[in-house]
Amino acid sequence: MALRPNLRILAALAAAGLALTACGSSNSSSPTAGGSGGSCGNFKIAYMGPLTGSAGALGQNMVGGVKMALDAYNKKNADCQVTLKTYDSQGDPKQAPPLATEIIQDPSIVALIGPGFSGESDATGKTFFAAGLPSISPSATAVDITQQGWTTWHRIIGNDSAQGAADATYLKNTANAKKVFVIDDGSAYGKGLATVVKDGLGSSVTGSDTVQTGQTDFSATVTKVTSSGADSVFYGGYYPEAGLLVKQLRQAGYKGLFMSGDGSEDPKFVSTAGASAANGAVLTAPAGPAPSSFNQTYKQVNGSDSGLYSTQSYDATNIVLAAIDAGKTSHTDMNDFINSYTASGVSGPIAFDKFGDVQQTTIFAYKVKNGQLDTANPSPIS
Amino acid sequence: MMVGGIVLAYALPIIRPPLITTTGSDFGGVMLTCASFSLVAVGLNIVVGYAGLLDLGYVGFYAVGAYPTGVLTSEHWHWPFLLALPCAIAVTMVTGVILGAPTLRVRGDYLAIVTLGFGEIIRIVTLNTGWLGAAQGIADIPPPPSLGPNPIGTDQDGLFQIPHLAWSGLVPSIDNLHKTPFLVFDVLDAIPYYWLLLTVLLIVLFADFLVKESRVGRAWEATREDEDAAELMGVPTFRYKLLAFALGAAIGGLAGSMLAAGQAGYINPLSFLILLSMLFLAAVIIGGAGNRWGAVFGGFLVAYLPERFRGLSDWRLLIFGVTLMVVVYFRPQGLLPPRRTRRAIQAREEIEQLEGEAVDV
Amino acid sequence: MDFSFLFNNFIELTITGLALGAIYGLVALGYTMVYGVLQLINFAHSEVFMFGTFAVAWVMVFIHGTGQVDQSLWTSIGLLGICLVAAMGTSALIALLLERVAYRPLIKKGAPKLIILISAIGASFSLAEFMGLRDKVAAWFGLEDNLSDYVNQARNTYSSPITVDPHGLFTVVNYRVTDVDLFVIGAAVLMMAGLDTFVRRTRLGRGIRSVAQDPESAALMGVNSTAVIRATFLIGGLMAGVAATLYMIRIGTTRQDAGFLLGVKAFTAAVLGGIGNLRGALLGGLVLGVAQNWGSAVFGSQWQDVVAFVLLVVILLVRPTGILGESLGKARA
Repeated sequence: MALRPNLRILAALAAAGLALTACGSSNSSSPTAGGSGGSCGNFKIAYMGPLTGSAGALGQNMVGGVKMALDAYNKKNADCQVTLKTYDSQGDPKQAPPLATEIIQDPSIVALIGPGFSGESDATGKTFFAAGLPSISPSATAVDITQQGWTTWHRIIGNDSAQGAADATYLKNTANAKKVFVIDDGSAYGKGLATVVKDGLGSSVTGSDTVQTGQTDFSATVTKVTSSGADSVFYGGYYPEAGLLVKQLRQAGYKGLFMSGDGSEDPKFVSTAGASAANGAVLTAPAGPAPSSFNQTYKQVNGSDSGLYSTQSYDATNIVLAAIDAGKTSHTDMNDFINSYTASGVSGPIAFDKFGDVQQTTIFAYKVKNGQLDTANPSPIS
Repeated sequence: MMVGGIVLAYALPIIRPPLITTTGSDFGGVMLTCASFSLVAVGLNIVVGYAGLLDLGYVGFYAVGAYPTGVLTSEHWHWPFLLALPCAIAVTMVTGVILGAPTLRVRGDYLAIVTLGFGEIIRIVTLNTGWLGAAQGIADIPPPPSLGPNPIGTDQDGLFQIPHLAWSGLVPSIDNLHKTPFLVFDVLDAIPYYWLLLTVLLIVLFADFLVKESRVGRAWEATREDEDAAELMGVPTFRYKLLAFALGAAIGGLAGSMLAAGQAGYINPLSFLILLSMLFLAAVIIGGAGNRWGAVFGGFLVAYLPERFRGLSDWRLLIFGVTLMVVVYFRPQGLLPPRRTRRAIQAREEIEQLEGEAVDV
Repeated sequence: MDFSFLFNNFIELTITGLALGAIYGLVALGYTMVYGVLQLINFAHSEVFMFGTFAVAWVMVFIHGTGQVDQSLWTSIGLLGICLVAAMGTSALIALLLERVAYRPLIKKGAPKLIILISAIGASFSLAEFMGLRDKVAAWFGLEDNLSDYVNQARNTYSSPITVDPHGLFTVVNYRVTDVDLFVIGAAVLMMAGLDTFVRRTRLGRGIRSVAQDPESAALMGVNSTAVIRATFLIGGLMAGVAATLYMIRIGTTRQDAGFLLGVKAFTAAVLGGIGNLRGALLGGLVLGVAQNWGSAVFGSQWQDVVAFVLLVVILLVRPTGILGESLGKARA
């Protein structure tokens, strides 16, 4: 008697489950063209990184850049399109390995844009390397990744040592900072960057503190800064915390320089901090200004504004698309193509060294002026 | 029948049946995650289901199993995995006792928040302590020892090779391009790790059966149903609660240790968020708290469903939340409730029938 | 371990800690009331708070537009008043929705507390994810363009366009106390005092206390327990709405998971102060905020959450019923 309603519910769930399998078995990708051209490879590009979860916004910026590049390419090659297959790892290094295994077993995937985070890069690097699948990460900046000997792993964004060294140079020479307070957010990226900056500054470091991503109240840190008499603050971390930190610093009466790295170089930094607190902030990035048309086209394709890592993923995708055009679609061919690729992308000049790091690299200092992040006129740091 | 089911479980990632195989993620890897969740759920079932203790921070034990393994085998020393594994379990048990000793005396709901805090403390400590790898995590954790020659990725590794099955529609064929070597643990294939974990899970289930049928299990049952009455009858409830906590911790540590030595050989603090504690608890409750097979099934579901329906990945957590509420309303005893709960529900329904209205006890 | 820093900046760390803790305390009131009446951990109360913060930001965008501006507390007071009403209303609505959908059906079935907790966890995830998916939901209705200022980039941070600039009022030792500090702390104390009076003097308040003390006797005495439970959730929601407004004044930015960690801390504060005790909830919150700041000063800010949880364990060992003891159901509120 009591069993029947439960059986009914289970049956309904099973039916729903089966109906959902239709959803489950299709890819979250744009439609594939039928193999109309005789020799169309119907290639795919994979993206692996956070799409949901607390880091989802960054991942969506990256996918937006990839889609933008694919959109332009597919318009020119309507009879043989390249499609995107996304793999949401939520930035979790536990979820990444099964995704990596799945990616390497799909013969139509020619390259990976990603992984998004340094942690998942460390977790899957060996797998991709053993399978020979080339990858270009638009955002994983931890220095140790390219020291593992994974010759298929590349990143199109400058790693932390180049950026940190330039930041320290800027503080010493351009800003004439005598007492710098260095703060990081404990993340692999933030702490890595802050450590390089601290090393570069040497004795000018008047104090340091570590906050946590997701933190919103920085009163203790603010007190440390103001009581140390620092004339500059360097923050290694991302824009949500950077914006709140500079806002609370200014509200406590701190009048010195606030500087941060590319993790904060996003328009949301200004809206989080409030225009007056953000003014005067210097945000560095290993990428020159994107053309103003970039954001327009991005918005057309994706429906929202571009953000951190959009230009990098756009450039990375174009490298892969150029390889496909040149017929270099096997793993080794693709890898060789990437290794020897040189061009000027929207995120900066592109050429990879033997470790997979991008060679350039000029670090640019972007300033916040009149309540806007001036993305058009950064000054290069030498 | 049980033997058949167990053989099927081992063979599943090789057979790759059409509706069940996950298309967005490697099926072998997903089965490995499911086995890991099931093992954790069995451990949490001892704490929550048998002893009736509310633990919201079980991910802490998972981490305390993984990190010593990483430290001993890769970060600071280079012990072989099979030596580090018992050490990790021992550390986790000790941690369980240290955590349980002061907090098991307080009210049940306080235990919930304290265990939640404990889980977070562990994560924050691993995130901010350089010696434990900090945010970079610990990499290059060696896998368990392999059997047979080891030229990885070729046709000669392992003692023998098992080809997978490929399906077109409902017709299977042998897929010689994808083979799993027996028994080689490397980065390309998750299936040997899955087999190892499944074996460990079966051993733990058997041990769980032995403990539950013994005096210890009966003491837990008495404590859970009415602690004061149990005390009056001479059951040293505190000691048995502590034992439940320690055993649950040990199993969580075992699962964590196997995670560390898994396919990626890499752990970092992002793998141990509070979210995971909630998933573990959901696995036990949905599966049926107090029934070890319920815990296994619940762990499997909670790990499998999000992977199976990756096409809906944006909506995953929302669907998870709604499913929790729905399942818990329509079937609060879980999908595989233990016998005592089934008897209680049956009894209540019989009384309802006889008395003609709901009896609210 | 830097104790000299703590001593030199004691006043500043303490007062900013109190301001932080005041918000914890107001959210803790919601947890402690529901626990006192139902012996349930209202796990989804953090999302009640989070919805309140979005209500504040949305009202500001609606009235003011997205252009950024700095204003003092006084000039903003009118707008903040409207935001307060919106936040309290939104939070109360979400709280009532929670009660109706996630709790009442299970309570009526007499489900064990663990089951109700799971339902609460499910509700918490559902609400937070809904907020994180609002752009997609708006797209279903074709409203994504009209509402783009409100729903765009749903998983990203969302800031209020108006920054409330604190002004220093007077100096204590070496710290200039600001109007925002006093406003936040004062508002929390006022709300708690009001709630305390309500629970002690009004009929509904007596009903709440009686259900907390003994639900069956209360029913026998003619107290409508369903109405009481609903009122409990409603009041918790109203308090969370106040907390949300104060949070947006102080912090100014929110996101769909902004409630989670704050909720855990607030529940910790409620337990710290004595679960079921209204004054205890606020006291617990204030103590927690100050302890976090002191701990950050001495050990480094990365340990502030660890300090909070260790404090909890220590208090529970030394005084298991919390600082002020449990009391909603007892004679002295």
